[in-house]
Formats: sequence, structure tokens, C-alpha cells
Amino acid sequence: MTTPAPLDPLVALGGGLLIGLAAAVLLLFSGRIAGISGMVARATGIADTGIPRQQALAFVLGLPLGALIVGFWIRSPDIAVTTSVPLLIVAGLLVGYGTRMGNGCTSGHGVCGVSRLSPRSLAATASFMLAGFFVVAVARYMVVGA
Amino acid sequence: MRQTVIALATGILFGAGLAVSDMVNPARVLAFLDIFGSWDPALAFVMAGAIIPSAIAYSISNRLRQPLLDGRFFIPENRIIDRKLIAGATIFGAGWGLVGYCPGPAIAGIAFGDWQPIVFSAAMLAGMFLHRFSTDLIETRKSIA
Repeated sequence: MTTPAPLDPLVALGGGLLIGLAAAVLLLFSGRIAGISGMVARATGIADTGIPRQQALAFVLGLPLGALIVGFWIRSPDIAVTTSVPLLIVAGLLVGYGTRMGNGCTSGHGVCGVSRLSPRSLAATASFMLAGFFVVAVARYMVVGA
Repeated sequence: MRQTVIALATGILFGAGLAVSDMVNPARVLAFLDIFGSWDPALAFVMAGAIIPSAIAYSISNRLRQPLLDGRFFIPENRIIDRKLIAGATIFGAGWGLVGYCPGPAIAGIAFGDWQPIVFSAAMLAGMFLHRFSTDLIETRKSIA
């Protein structure tokens, strides 16, 4: 696994501000949480999270559109991701199942929930972070080797 | 209609933020999760940057009776930390650590023409469906018993 070149912390912070601004606007205009796993589940009809389906669909379609605009006008990302289909499928299944079971992901719990100090979101964020640290540590230092 | 426009605009803004901060790059996310290796703090800066405007918006919302375009706020009120929450978040975190994709970057990442976020997203939808199917099954069994 190649390690990407360091990212300017100010660029990371700026990207984060855009994400937080999106969550802020959605909350103040529509009263909704910008939780992507919930939006995806609603947009596809897998779950009814309360938000009208058309809005969930619009939000989900906006994600690649926004990324495309940045890629076109500012900087095209240098994406490095596994080419193992079984690994992608197992990871996708776990992420899909886990986010529904835990009612949220990095956006809904990690950003929106932590912002309002929701005890559930703080616990969920700590849990998925720890699990992520653990899996990466096992994959890199116990399975693949350093 | 106006709320659909807001949803689209905030989705675009969110996707733009993910691209600017390189969160659409799984290697960047894995480098953050690799705390025993050459740790990359970028994701922490992204989270900090996102929490600032979001936290300000929540404190404003506390003083408002309703959002600008809707009759009320839809903020989860459940404060109970149960096994389902922790187990779900842990399962999610395990999948996140395997490849470096969480739902947002996977969907946004489709924009750059790679096939991996498409395969991952399809599997993610299957995982969401499996969860619904399994909970439906449990509900049905309960109603029979």
C-alpha cells in the first residue's frame, strides 16, 4: 500500500469546513441531519429514515457532482485503492450492514452527532474509529507484514 | 421543491469537501487509521473543520423554533447507547478499515471513473438490504410467536 504525499493541513481543514457548511445549511434550512448512509438507504428505498425520498436522492446525486466539480476545476485526486474484488465486496457489505445497524456513519455520527455532543454518536464514533484502527493494524502488521 | 434544491446543493458542497480534503482517496483514509505506521493526520483536520460550522449551526438551531423551509427540526432524540449501536458501528468500522471507504467517499468517488467505488457501493447497498431483510425476518418471527 502506497502512502499518499502529505496533505496541507489547511487544505484538509478547508475541505472539512465545506463538509460542515453543507451539514449546517441542511440543518438550518430543512432541519435534517447530513447523514450519508441514511440518505443512501432512503434514496434507494431500502429504509425510510423520514426525509422525503426526492430530497435524499438529490443529496446523494450531489456527492459525485461536487467531487466532479472539484476534480475539474481545482485538483483531480490521485486515488489509490485496492483492486481486490472480494475485499471490496466484503468491506462494502460490512459498511452497508453496520451503518444501518448502528444508524449512521462518519457523517451522521462522526460529524453531525459529534457536533451536538450526542452520547450515541460519540459512542458510535469511538467504536468505528477503534474498529478501523484495529483492522488496519491487523491487516498491515499481522497479515501482510510491515 | 426548495428543499430538494437545498438537498442537491448541500450534497454538492459535501462532495466538494470530500474531494478537496482528499477523503475520496482510500489510501489517505487508511493512512489516518494506520496509527502504528506513518500516521497521516489529514482526516482529523477534516473532522475538526467539519465540526466547527456544524456545531455553530446546532447552537443556532437551538434558538430557532423551526428551520427556514420546514415546520420542525428532525434531530434524533434517542440518547440510549445500546449493543445494537456499538455492534453496528464496530461492523462499519471494520469494513471501513479493510478498504478505506465509508459511504460518502465511496459514492463521491464514483465521479472519477474508477471501478472500485462502484463495486464497493453496490456491495454496500447489498449490506444495507441484508440488514433490512434480517430485521424484517426477526419482526415477522416475533409477530408469529
